[in-house]
Amino acid sequence: MHTTAALMADAAAPPQLLPARQLMAFTLASHILLVPFGVALPFITLLMHHRGLRRGDEVALRLARRWSAVMAVQFAIGVVTGTVLSFEFGLLWPGMMGRWGDVFGLGFGIEAWAFFLEAVLIAIYLYGWRRLKPWTHFWLGVPLPLTALLGAFGIIAANSWMNTPQGFTLDAAGRPVDVNVRQAVFTPMFGPEYWHFTVAMFLTAGYAVAGVYAVGRLRGRRDRYHRLGFTVPFTVAAILTPIQFVLGDSIARSVFHKQPIKFAATEIVWKTDTHVPEYIFGRLHSDGTVSGGLKIPQLDSILAGFRPSTRVTGLSSVPPENRPTATQATIVHWAFDIMVTIGSLLILLALWYAWCWWRHRDVPCSRWFYRCAAASGVACLVTVECGWITTEVGRQPWIVYQHMRVSEAVTATRAGSLWTMLAIVVVVYVAIFAAFLAVLLKMRTRWRIADASASPAAVSQAPEADTPYGPRGERLPTAAGAAPGEGNDRTPGGAS
Amino acid sequence: MPEVIAWVLVLAVAAYACAGGTDYGAGFWDLLAGGAERGERPRRLIDHAMGPVWEVNNVWLIFVLVVMWTGFPTLFQAVFGALWLPLALAAVGLVLRGAGFALRKPARRLAQRRVYGAVFALSSLVTPFFLGAALGGIASGRVAVGTTASADAWANPTSVIAGLLAVAAAAFLGAVSLCSDARRFGADDLVGYFRRRALIALGALVVLALIGLPVTHSDARHVWEGLTGGIGLLLVLSAAVSAFATAALLLRRTYRWSRWTAVASVALTVFAWGFAQRPYVLPTSLTVAEAAGAPHTLWWLVIVTVVAIVLIGPALVLLYWMDTHGELESLTDADTQAGRAPGDTQ
Repeated sequence: MHTTAALMADAAAPPQLLPARQLMAFTLASHILLVPFGVALPFITLLMHHRGLRRGDEVALRLARRWSAVMAVQFAIGVVTGTVLSFEFGLLWPGMMGRWGDVFGLGFGIEAWAFFLEAVLIAIYLYGWRRLKPWTHFWLGVPLPLTALLGAFGIIAANSWMNTPQGFTLDAAGRPVDVNVRQAVFTPMFGPEYWHFTVAMFLTAGYAVAGVYAVGRLRGRRDRYHRLGFTVPFTVAAILTPIQFVLGDSIARSVFHKQPIKFAATEIVWKTDTHVPEYIFGRLHSDGTVSGGLKIPQLDSILAGFRPSTRVTGLSSVPPENRPTATQATIVHWAFDIMVTIGSLLILLALWYAWCWWRHRDVPCSRWFYRCAAASGVACLVTVECGWITTEVGRQPWIVYQHMRVSEAVTATRAGSLWTMLAIVVVVYVAIFAAFLAVLLKMRTRWRIADASASPAAVSQAPEADTPYGPRGERLPTAAGAAPGEGNDRTPGGAS
Repeated sequence: MPEVIAWVLVLAVAAYACAGGTDYGAGFWDLLAGGAERGERPRRLIDHAMGPVWEVNNVWLIFVLVVMWTGFPTLFQAVFGALWLPLALAAVGLVLRGAGFALRKPARRLAQRRVYGAVFALSSLVTPFFLGAALGGIASGRVAVGTTASADAWANPTSVIAGLLAVAAAAFLGAVSLCSDARRFGADDLVGYFRRRALIALGALVVLALIGLPVTHSDARHVWEGLTGGIGLLLVLSAAVSAFATAALLLRRTYRWSRWTAVASVALTVFAWGFAQRPYVLPTSLTVAEAAGAPHTLWWLVIVTVVAIVLIGPALVLLYWMDTHGELESLTDADTQAGRAPGDTQ
């Protein structure tokens, strides 16, 4: 994340820059935790839903319904924390939007419409369980993952443009003219970033959901419900893990080619050279020395260009004001290394799972496997944060790579107001996320109580009116005694 | 081309005012519904009515912002520079409103429901006020390119009137809409309850408009003249006719069209404001043509809008159709087979 120390070097930095960055970093770091679920939970739920309908599997349907109940709350929190980010473009970075809005803003236009579709479809899906025909309900949900992918397309188009801006020429006054939208959307970093991001979202959601049931299994709940709740999301994630490894490797090489200074920061390369060693962790100092860490000779050059003789651009090749500071570089480097480490460990976990499936046609039974699986969800969320830190801090001091500094884009609002706002936002977000977590845990408790107390036979004999896909029952549960109206003018209306 | 995009922007603002406004209005009546016992049924209705659609309605706001920064980057920069505080507070209000509403539903303890409900209802009052005040600041010409944030930009007579009008309009829309919802959910005792409130809100709107006329006369000269002459006046009068038609329908207890006339009155008002501001996006310093972004982008924005209308239109119609025909209902504890945890009160 953007840290205090990171800004020290930027002597000309206006005082409001630090709180503005902290506010952006905090709100984005919070929102991004919900994004994997917003993008991929509908897909995983639909898989389970399909299984339930196809095989008439009551347990699978129960899981899908419960995930829908979770999704309802999670999606709402995601919507509002996402709306804040749109506001922050104006509240914090008006300079960027004022100058570049018409160049790269269109991606957000696509995102807004994708999001519209997603919100409509998710509302139909979440609220359709009770009254719609089972397969109609399922098929209305099927476009959801596609709208999520389209939404991600818009966001990543904008972010990759900030990393490799193009699709315009500058006039004498330095303002962009001759905007070419197609070039501005499909920038060099777009492809690598998009696939790396979307796969990360599905992967993270898979491991996180599976992790919940891994914990259940560790606590001795080995019924079919937990087994199914674990297997479906974990299989999705396990299949994607090696794919993500390849994609991650490819995006690193794209950064090497398209954003050499960012690459230098992620690998703490100080001097442009061949035969560059790879540091695993370690700390870069402002004089270019590296302390700590594990040094592997030649490896960085080999990773970047498959040959020890590959020339890697160093941080010192550009003036200090045009590159991340040593502290920023260290942060980027650590974020990158943590991400890669966790990714590699997840590969081993996925192989373990694949091995057991191949040999025994069964999930692993080792407790250690479930301990690792339980941790994998949280670990994945850590990698999401790390990936985001790598791309954002690695771009510093630029907000639009090599075209606009973060300090040029920041609002003129006084630092005091921004600090106050940051304090308010931190309090509000902590309260909301704590309440969100509390609500989820409470849901889990209620479900557990019901599952423990009710034998399967008793559960399936719920009152008919309350059975999903059942006939229409009382509409407003507490409307007891309210007489039905005469009916002829009781009518449909619009939005409410 | 900039003109077209400007109208897309006005259309998006109108859509948000109608759709989002109804939700804010529901929150407003949630706030005034009284204690836990007395307010239980209206709140249940509000939950029931808003649940499936409020997130969709909220997307209009995002679309407003996107059209603003893509189509009129200078306008976006100027507005957020000058109106920093009201917009920041509106953003915080948006978060609290959505989170409070979403968290109240699964909460099963009275104390928790109270807290989440209070957060939802209070921020439903605050958010439209600040958004309205921001519009007032723009309409009164207090925002220009380069204006720095100051209290004057939003704490002025026009802004206060606009903020209060936004709250009252939301309350009006919300009550009219809940009135129809009460009918279709078979909660007939609440029909009269919200009918009364709709009429009170309309009364408040009329009073505010009458106060606003002299107050804004010199304060927001350009827009005032636009609203009291030509097409602007025509639209204002049609809005008034729609509003009074709503009142007449409510008084005659016929609810088939009341929701639509109420929506029409708000949408027509927004369009009247759009006409009154012409040719400016920021009266009287920045015209639509001056604020417009790159021509190539505007073309693409039109394409995006058209594609969207083709895609989103049917989806929205489907959602509202399903919602108003009782096809959409939230999952109950019985559906997810949830038990009662210790301490649950409902």
